[in-house]
Amino acid sequence: MTRTTRTSAPHSCDVAVIGAGVVGCAVARRFALAGASVVVVERGADILSGASKANSAILHTGFDAPPGSLELDLVKAGREEYLSIHRDLGLSIVKTGALVCAWTDAEADGLAAIAGQGRENGIADLDVIDATAVRALMPGLAPEVRAAVEVRGEHVIDPWSAPLAYVTQALALGAKVWRGCELLSGRFDGDWLLDTSRGGLRAGAVINAAGLFGDDVDRRLGLAPDFTIRPRKGQFIVLDKAAARHVPKIVLPVPNEITKGVVICPTAFGNVLVGPTAEEQDDRTRATVETATLEMLRDHGGRLVPALRDIPVTAVYAGLRPGTEKKHYRVTARTESRAITLGGIRSTGLSAALGLAQHALRLFETFGMPLGPPAAIPPVTVPNLTEAEPRDWQRPDHGEIVCHCEMVTRREIEAALAGPLPPGDFGGLRRRTRAGMGRCQGFYCNARLAEMTRGRFRVPLAVEPEG
Amino acid sequence: MSDHDVIVVGGGPAGVAAALALRAEGVGHVAIVDREPVLGGATRHCAHSPFGMREFGRVYLGAAYGRRLERDARAAGITVLTGHSVTGLGDDGTLSVAHPGGVGTLSADRVVLATGAREMPRSARMLPGDRPVGILTTGALQSYVAFHGLMPFRRPVILGSELVTLSAVLTCLTHGARPVAVLETGPVPLARAPLRWFPGVMGVPFRTGVGIVDIIGRDRVEAVRIRRGGQEEVLDCDGLLLTGRFTPEAALLWQAGHGVDRGSGGPLIDQTGRTANPRYFAAGNLLRPVETGGWAFREGRAIGRALAADLRRAPSAATTVPVAVEGPVKLVVPNIIRRGERPAAGFDRFQLRFLRPCKGTLALVIDGRPAHRLSGSWLPERRVLMPMPTAVCQADSIRFEFREDH
Repeated sequence: MTRTTRTSAPHSCDVAVIGAGVVGCAVARRFALAGASVVVVERGADILSGASKANSAILHTGFDAPPGSLELDLVKAGREEYLSIHRDLGLSIVKTGALVCAWTDAEADGLAAIAGQGRENGIADLDVIDATAVRALMPGLAPEVRAAVEVRGEHVIDPWSAPLAYVTQALALGAKVWRGCELLSGRFDGDWLLDTSRGGLRAGAVINAAGLFGDDVDRRLGLAPDFTIRPRKGQFIVLDKAAARHVPKIVLPVPNEITKGVVICPTAFGNVLVGPTAEEQDDRTRATVETATLEMLRDHGGRLVPALRDIPVTAVYAGLRPGTEKKHYRVTARTESRAITLGGIRSTGLSAALGLAQHALRLFETFGMPLGPPAAIPPVTVPNLTEAEPRDWQRPDHGEIVCHCEMVTRREIEAALAGPLPPGDFGGLRRRTRAGMGRCQGFYCNARLAEMTRGRFRVPLAVEPEG
Repeated sequence: MSDHDVIVVGGGPAGVAAALALRAEGVGHVAIVDREPVLGGATRHCAHSPFGMREFGRVYLGAAYGRRLERDARAAGITVLTGHSVTGLGDDGTLSVAHPGGVGTLSADRVVLATGAREMPRSARMLPGDRPVGILTTGALQSYVAFHGLMPFRRPVILGSELVTLSAVLTCLTHGARPVAVLETGPVPLARAPLRWFPGVMGVPFRTGVGIVDIIGRDRVEAVRIRRGGQEEVLDCDGLLLTGRFTPEAALLWQAGHGVDRGSGGPLIDQTGRTANPRYFAAGNLLRPVETGGWAFREGRAIGRALAADLRRAPSAATTVPVAVEGPVKLVVPNIIRRGERPAAGFDRFQLRFLRPCKGTLALVIDGRPAHRLSGSWLPERRVLMPMPTAVCQADSIRFEFREDH
């Protein structure tokens, strides 16, 4: 029994992780492997309900991270661990490489410094290449490209299956994930006593991985937050798979104030995305798309890669990054109250998550709290949804194809619904299977999915009859 | 050797009509491949729309029309492969196919693409706001109702004013949903009178010149904010139904690198119904959004006949001349002409459509000389037909010019 009520004795664990974004999922895994009993408290109906649901799905090398920063160390450590474990977890990876493209002479003059910083950061596999070499690598780039830094070690991954795999591994080791559960308050009296919307939880230590609510959660825990979350919205467009042939590599801008970091990026699913914007806002929950911005992104894509102009838009989305008043990660360990805050993980969370989890464990070890014996790595795999490896529809007896655009089979949907962590909402189903994520956005399959998911989601696709 | 003379991809009215015509012309091995479990295409969803009067002499509703198509196809000796998804088009007529047993290939001397059209989703329309549950197209709504007996909302706001919008309103009203309003972004409704009066008659407010400036809803749609003139207003609702704005289901063409026409979103298509690759033909709403099932059926039949004649020869090696359009002309079909070949049974006329309401003179200009003129005023999403003189087949340049009256 994991379910507790306010009247029964609280559930106990070694470590409570607040937030089931990519960082929380990675932390849960790392601590479960280290022998800790873990409960993850997630306010959303599913994991990845906040900042982690919308990102550019790049596994960064860290070539452009601030030199000497914790972020650089953790991006590198996270990437290294991902590369060593992804195969065992069934996670794909696409080694696209990236081009930091200069479009003006001034930008071209800055490339040597970018490459230099990259080498200083310990990323050796990069070079400044001239326009001819750039166009040879990516003929679809507009002829105005002057030069680029080629960073060969940049990858794209499946940004939703990776954290799902992390947390599934934690579940296999006995961790609990309490979804739809809000942390209300906490008090440390030698142990943590957490009050949640689902009842009490006693924990030896607390790890705050609450992303957009990082400062708020610190406050609820009675800890004075040493940062303030300043949400930064990023809008994206996803282009039809027809775009993929024109964009074999991640196209990064030379950082400046105008482009604000808009990337043109192949996805592991065979699409191309253009984004994100960077828009400061106060609201921590609402991430709207705006027509003019989406059109700007499409125009931007078409300017840099002219063939993209005519290619239909498959999807649009927006996400919020948990920025703070400073640029760097806001990681704090409070030994006296056995609390760790992983705050301000604003844009490299997917790359650094496994590194952050290692770091959190190192900080935890200074608390001197005993854990059980380290666990053997449980054999957990997640289904492949990327085009880098064979998909389920290519194997016999999948039942039928339910989502034709993304070629999602009935067997895949049924498996996701019956899995160890079934989706808590429609977005969760989409992230686990890609059903409804394609070019028709549910014209063909939405009704079928409504039927297959009846009675499963708090916000169902089909409404119940009146009266 | 190919295992079929002709494979038709898509078992809606156009595809089945093409297959039937091929069999009637004596073509031996014809197969229809459809990814759905039954034939009928878009007509399967449309419980309210009458189909079949002109092709079968009687009216069928929704799925019954598809059953009639399937029965006729099987009776004509056509191989019907439902539950088969075509995943790739080979240049030589080899098709990659996925089915519940796995994957495989099929091959044919000629292929007819008849994959139809679908409504544009919220993303491709670039509508602003939140992205909650409850934003659907008419096709999806009709699937809820027709196949599953479900409803996705009770009080939707409906966007659009095409023929399909009326079907959407009817579907809502007959299934316990009460639309809050029907909104058209343009200045005038796109459906013809008296159909355009229908929502009002049914007590649903109909408003033109209205833009959606925000969709509000954290989990499910709660409201839409609209703007008309300088005035903004919030309409409470529990869904947003996007109607019309059809777009050809051209993913296979995009993927194969076959030519996709910017105007129509469908294939490059010549006077015989051939695409850029002369082994591949196309018919129906894949060519241009969007015509009725009856039109698609007749078009499929004509292209099936033209294809039967083409099968007796090697695939055409003729060069192609583009048919250019300008200004407010959105699209023309056919949009390429294969030189030296007479207009065959495929298309006897050019079909055109306008992007916006306009009034003026449309001229077909062949090698710099006007060959035909048409004056009038047109609305978007309405079919415009122009004769196709035999001279186009020898032309070096073919274009449609439009002079707007002011």
